[in-house]
Amino acid sequence: MENRPLEYDYTVAKLFMFTTIVLGIVGMLVGVILAFQLAFPEVNLLLGEGLAEYTNFSRLRPLHTDAVIFGFTVSGIFATWYYIGQRVLKVSMAESPLLMALGKLQFTLYVVTVAAVVVSLLAGVTTSKEYAEFEWPIDIAIVVVWVLWGINIFGLIGIRREKSLYISVWYYIATFLGVAMLYLFNNMAVPTYFASGGIGDWYHSVSMYAGTNDALVQWWYGHNAVAFGFTVPIVAMIYYFLPKESGQAVYSYKLSLLSFWGLMFVYLWAGGHHLLFSTVPDWMQTMGSVFSVVLILPSWGSAINMLLTMKGEWQQVASSPLIKFMILASTFYMFSTLEGPIQAIKSVNAIAHFTDWIVGHVHDGVLGWVVFMIMASLFHMAPRVFKREIYSKSMMNTQFWIQTLGVILYFTSMWIAGITQGMMWRAHDEFGNLAYSFIDTVTVLHPYYTIRAIGGLLYLIGFFMFAYNIYKTMTVGRRVEENELQTASPMGA
Amino acid sequence: MFHWLEKNPFFFAVAVFVTIAFAGLVEILPNFAQASSPTVGTKPYSTLELTGRHVYIKNSCNACHSQLVRPFKSETDRYGNYSLSGEYAYDRPFLWGSKRTGPDLHRVGNYRTTDWHENHMWDPAAVVPGSIMPAYRWMFVNEADVDTAYAEQITIKNVFNVPYNKPVPMKDGSTVTVTLEDSLEGAHAAALAEAKIIAADMKNQDVKDAIAAGKIPEIVALIAYMNRLK
Ligand code: HEM
Ligand code: HEM
Repeated sequence: MENRPLEYDYTVAKLFMFTTIVLGIVGMLVGVILAFQLAFPEVNLLLGEGLAEYTNFSRLRPLHTDAVIFGFTVSGIFATWYYIGQRVLKVSMAESPLLMALGKLQFTLYVVTVAAVVVSLLAGVTTSKEYAEFEWPIDIAIVVVWVLWGINIFGLIGIRREKSLYISVWYYIATFLGVAMLYLFNNMAVPTYFASGGIGDWYHSVSMYAGTNDALVQWWYGHNAVAFGFTVPIVAMIYYFLPKESGQAVYSYKLSLLSFWGLMFVYLWAGGHHLLFSTVPDWMQTMGSVFSVVLILPSWGSAINMLLTMKGEWQQVASSPLIKFMILASTFYMFSTLEGPIQAIKSVNAIAHFTDWIVGHVHDGVLGWVVFMIMASLFHMAPRVFKREIYSKSMMNTQFWIQTLGVILYFTSMWIAGITQGMMWRAHDEFGNLAYSFIDTVTVLHPYYTIRAIGGLLYLIGFFMFAYNIYKTMTVGRRVEENELQTASPMGA
Repeated sequence: MFHWLEKNPFFFAVAVFVTIAFAGLVEILPNFAQASSPTVGTKPYSTLELTGRHVYIKNSCNACHSQLVRPFKSETDRYGNYSLSGEYAYDRPFLWGSKRTGPDLHRVGNYRTTDWHENHMWDPAAVVPGSIMPAYRWMFVNEADVDTAYAEQITIKNVFNVPYNKPVPMKDGSTVTVTLEDSLEGAHAAALAEAKIIAADMKNQDVKDAIAAGKIPEIVALIAYMNRLK
């Protein structure tokens, strides 16, 4: 037994791979629609005047952010955990019928919750808090899904054979704890139906916090939703998949350690950078600013650790599209974690805040880093999970270039748009009057919005190629044996 | 120590939790007591205004509009006085926004009127040529949900001591009392009375018919809220 490789059970991983792809398509499709709406407002009526209430920009925007975060990204986190967890802990899900049943239950409940989210956001049921739009019944469902995941993490750890926890597991544990803490505190609310003795909508609630306090808690959450949704779990993925795919050992254990604990400590202080020049106390704004700059260190620590893992093996970047995806992902990670701290400097933020430059920052992070890394993970998992070769390597290469072009068009156009608008808002003429009316600063953005929409469309097309490639792998890819799956993933032409 | 933690998942998890919870404790808790006291001149929302605020939230107006005037000359020139913490004392949730696709609205009540909003919400580009804001015509038809706003008023009065039925100080030294009706019927009647004053300045026939029939369209509530942002 001990000498034979374990048969891992990927049932739950497969289920979440499926939702990763489907919700990725939904979320990014809505993103592309939003982008076209800003460039061409007629698109608000895409399904006609009668349905405009449900297809206009403002109703759809939360659907975009929540579908890509809680749909695509969170599914990707679950899928990779149910794959990586077993392998680094050297224990199969099949060994515990209980954990298996809970995993399936988690998936079922997750799908039901997603359906409820889509319906409620389209109906305009929202708390208005960014990335925390859901009303309390959905919040409760989310907490249950999350707790089920937690039971699975710690359950699997409880029956593990490998005593020492691999780096990726640290990051998954942190993801679990971080999101749990933030989500619970930020969503504290009183249901009005019950507090008023049965009046109005049963699902409505009112925030426990008011005004400035509410903003403070929200951005402590919002910033760290980025930390524990777009950074920590994605780092977990790259720490596992890059060494596996390249056959190289992680460059430095010390650097991993330093980056991990550094990230944990520093990240939580930086939320104040969303509230610069607002009415929260000055010292918090300053802390937010300063800690944001310090945050470069642990962020680059991980990224450099990954790049150096490829030391002496750079030819793999040219030969393997899968390695390309991961290397580009960590490069974009470095890029957005340099850009973020720059935007957190008070004088820069005075111009950048409220503009498209922030939107550009968001998307070079998520498109370049998060989505690239999750797609790479699924590409690496597919042959192992389905015991088949990746359907087409050349399609992967084409996809890579189309999407890279898409990201570049997206963030460069948003940089120009953001800085242009930020400068125009503050411009005064020689008499000390404002030089531009607000609408001047909107119409000037039209070309950039158009470029962004095209970039987004390219990116979406690439994502469809990804979905197709995985589908083909699953159905017609050449069957492979265990010995072909040791390091680099097998790929068909 | 780290090697030991890596073999002891429970203590590892505790160590992570303590590390991440620390900042929250230091930053968030101490601020809570002081930031919530209202400035002079800030009063609780009336039933109709709160109903309108719900319409604003339902349509995610905050996705494109901020309600936070930063302390820069360019912003105070454009929007009016910069925002103060106490002005948000009754804002649950806060609606500062994070993206200004359209202009700030924290003081829009100072420089826009009912009929301006009516025309603008019906066809933004007709009022502001080049505007990319969607038209919100369904608001002229959908009936506003007064019940839920009233339930929220009761909740915040009981749970958070929001001063309904109590005099609150105004800037000119006078006081104002915002009433909270004892019954749902009373709340409807009060909201309708307030809505009638707004609808009198509007010309849309559907809106006028609805008000005459005792119903409040979403647009009227929304305008009540817009007019109150000062
Ligand atoms: C060292 C790391 C980082 C720092 C210091 C940082 C800093 C910032 C700053 C200053 C803002 C703008 C706040 C404002 O003015 O509204 C921001 C927004 C944002 N960042 Fe980062 N960033 C970092 C990394 C990342 C990464 C890696 C991602 C995603 C993968 C990301 C996603 C976001 C998102 C989603 C927002 C937008 C929030 C909103 O307005 O809704 N950030 N970040
Ligand atoms: C095809 C790809 C995508 C396109 C075309 C797209 C487009 C957009 C657009 C047009 C907005 C609204 C910006 C505004 O209000 O001015 C937006 C916001 C946002 N998107 Fe995307 N998006 C895409 C993919 C993604 C992905 C994959 C993620 C996350 C994993 C993401 C996360 C966000 C976030 C967090 C915001 C809010 C930013 C803020 O508040 O500052 N997007 N996106």
